[in-house]
Amino acid sequence: MGQKITIEPVTRVEGHGKVTIHLDNEGNIAQTRLHIVEFRGFERFVQGRPYWEAPVLVQRLCGICPVSHHLAAAKALDVIVGAGTGDGLTPTGEKMRRLMHYGQFFQSHTLHFFHLAAPDLLFGIDGDPLKRNIIGIALENKELAVQGVMMRKYGQEVIRATAGKKIHGTGAIPGGINKHLSEEDKEYLLNGDDPINIAKMIDWSQAALEFFHDYHKKNKDIIDEFIDFPSSYLSLVRKDGALDIYHGVLRAVDPEGKKILHDVDYQEYYKYIDEEVRSWSYMKFPYLKEIGTKTGWYSVGPLARLNTADFIDTPLAQKEFEKFKAYNNGKPSNKPMHYHWARLIEILHAAEKMKELLNDPDLLEGELVIKGNKSYEGVGLLEAPRGTLFHHYKINDNDQIEMANLIVSTTNNNQPMNEAVNQVATKMMTGKQKITEGMMNAVEVAIRAYDPCLSCATHALGQMPLEITLLDQNNKVIDNKTSV
Amino acid sequence: MDTIIRITIDGIECMASRGQYIVEAAKENGIYIPTLCNYPGVKPKGSCRICTVKVNGKLMTACTTPVSQGMQIENNTSELNELRKAIIELLLVEGNHFCPSCEKSGFCELQALAYRFKVMVPRFPYSFPLRKVDASHPKIIKDQNRCILCKRCIRAVKDDKGRSIFAYRRRSHRVEVGVDAKLGKLLTDELAQKAMDVCPVGSIIVKEKGFAVPIGERKYDNKPIGSDIENISVSKH
Repeated sequence: MGQKITIEPVTRVEGHGKVTIHLDNEGNIAQTRLHIVEFRGFERFVQGRPYWEAPVLVQRLCGICPVSHHLAAAKALDVIVGAGTGDGLTPTGEKMRRLMHYGQFFQSHTLHFFHLAAPDLLFGIDGDPLKRNIIGIALENKELAVQGVMMRKYGQEVIRATAGKKIHGTGAIPGGINKHLSEEDKEYLLNGDDPINIAKMIDWSQAALEFFHDYHKKNKDIIDEFIDFPSSYLSLVRKDGALDIYHGVLRAVDPEGKKILHDVDYQEYYKYIDEEVRSWSYMKFPYLKEIGTKTGWYSVGPLARLNTADFIDTPLAQKEFEKFKAYNNGKPSNKPMHYHWARLIEILHAAEKMKELLNDPDLLEGELVIKGNKSYEGVGLLEAPRGTLFHHYKINDNDQIEMANLIVSTTNNNQPMNEAVNQVATKMMTGKQKITEGMMNAVEVAIRAYDPCLSCATHALGQMPLEITLLDQNNKVIDNKTSV
Repeated sequence: MDTIIRITIDGIECMASRGQYIVEAAKENGIYIPTLCNYPGVKPKGSCRICTVKVNGKLMTACTTPVSQGMQIENNTSELNELRKAIIELLLVEGNHFCPSCEKSGFCELQALAYRFKVMVPRFPYSFPLRKVDASHPKIIKDQNRCILCKRCIRAVKDDKGRSIFAYRRRSHRVEVGVDAKLGKLLTDELAQKAMDVCPVGSIIVKEKGFAVPIGERKYDNKPIGSDIENISVSKH
């Protein structure tokens, strides 16, 4: 008789989700699904609100990367207030926003790698779940834990200096920014007392990469072989092909690296991308229109960005990018565990960018806001830590928001996460009647590679833990386990 | 007749001018009595009751009660502060006050009072009324979700003939403040800004300017409401 396994809740990811695994009579995997079971409705309740409220309101989608939503909304509203489509701001406006964004990348990626993912690497996928967490890391490898905590703090301090608060600030406003960087904050972030200074952050970013390289050498089975499936990749790239997380054109490549979306203007994203609804998840499935629902899906996030970009414009990260490219023979990496590698390269890139910006005099003085001819519709895109984030607004004659469409990073990764879960489940659970804790965590490790923000993806309420249920062919529950 | 009289506030001997309202006399003596519907330069109304004090043992509103010789006033007592806190809490649950996305956050007197009186958790059930945002005026948005019906805008924002540009409409629990249908077009940029500044909450918003003051520089970011009064040196009569 067939069976169904449910993993619920999924832990050490942000949001709330569950996995169901259907087994056939022979105990083989018939189907695996990652369900996102929350609903929030931000797109609906911003309707009727004054448009300039959107960047402050919609960032409440998330407490981990609110800056992404804050800036994506502000970019969409730049279009509405006639401040250009992403590159029309004053130097101060654009650079302050960029600094905020790099600060956020730094803290969010750090949180993901050190707090959420590293426990699996340090203690093993089937390690003792009581140790497999950030406290376990602190006890085992104090230095690594301290680095994780202090790097996150540094990123948060950059956000405070640019947005006014570490979480849910108000820095970006339509057409620019509401403040300069203070001399005091500049000095603090550049040359603060150990370890809060940019030199230490660059050192530690490199040390984290060394840690990863060392781990990779000894654990190719996990980093290279654990999950491996062909995917297309989508991200913003700068017009010249450089990695750019704040602004650029939309590019997608196939699993071999061939361009399938040719550096298009994102104001018309809806010409190229659509979303499919499936009955069993609140999260939609985006796809490239030209290719269709079946094979038009793509991955976003750190790995996608390094797979689409031609180069990185900071020297230390470029060196690591070259190593990464060489390892994958110049082609896209189709190994989702390489997300961690790409994430660490981006941490280094963000640190280098912050150094560059903190030394830029435009942050200390200059015009903050620019406005031009008003229009009634705007699209704002940027690369959030977890991938490409779309904000699209229409307003009415009375300055109220009439329509909002948000396609968030994790939604873009819906299909690839399902593929990854399916592959790991097939590998770990085929023919098994009982779920072990290790098997369950293996499925979570696959999800965690993408660093999903599930609450944000469905605009959902609540926290996130994962649960697995095993059901037979008649949907009778055979086994049910909740993650620790 | 002597114009200077003596009163006591919480046992402290104070000098006051005859005819002065209690809040003003207290202010001149460096004593803060919280207010919300009251606004300097505008005739007091006494509608919100936040300024309630005990005068010779009886509850009175300090913004509408003139001082008189020998008045004994109780102000900063736990009994009165508990009543004031309850009024703030009732105002917060009566409307739809979502500070996280409100551009008056940091300038809002209701929010500042809630911080000062340590409103930490909702004690009363939210009523979640269904109210509208009126954005039809070209210069301002009137968000009824946040209006506390204090009438400050009605009393303070007037055209050059002294006519109120804002007005009450409807009745009973449906009463609301709106822009007067005929006089609304007289709302200049200056008057629109004045209306926003006069509004103690975020119910009147000038269009297209939100969140221009960064966090840290907003009125109540660094010091609680009333601290300006408590810090002034006592005037000498």
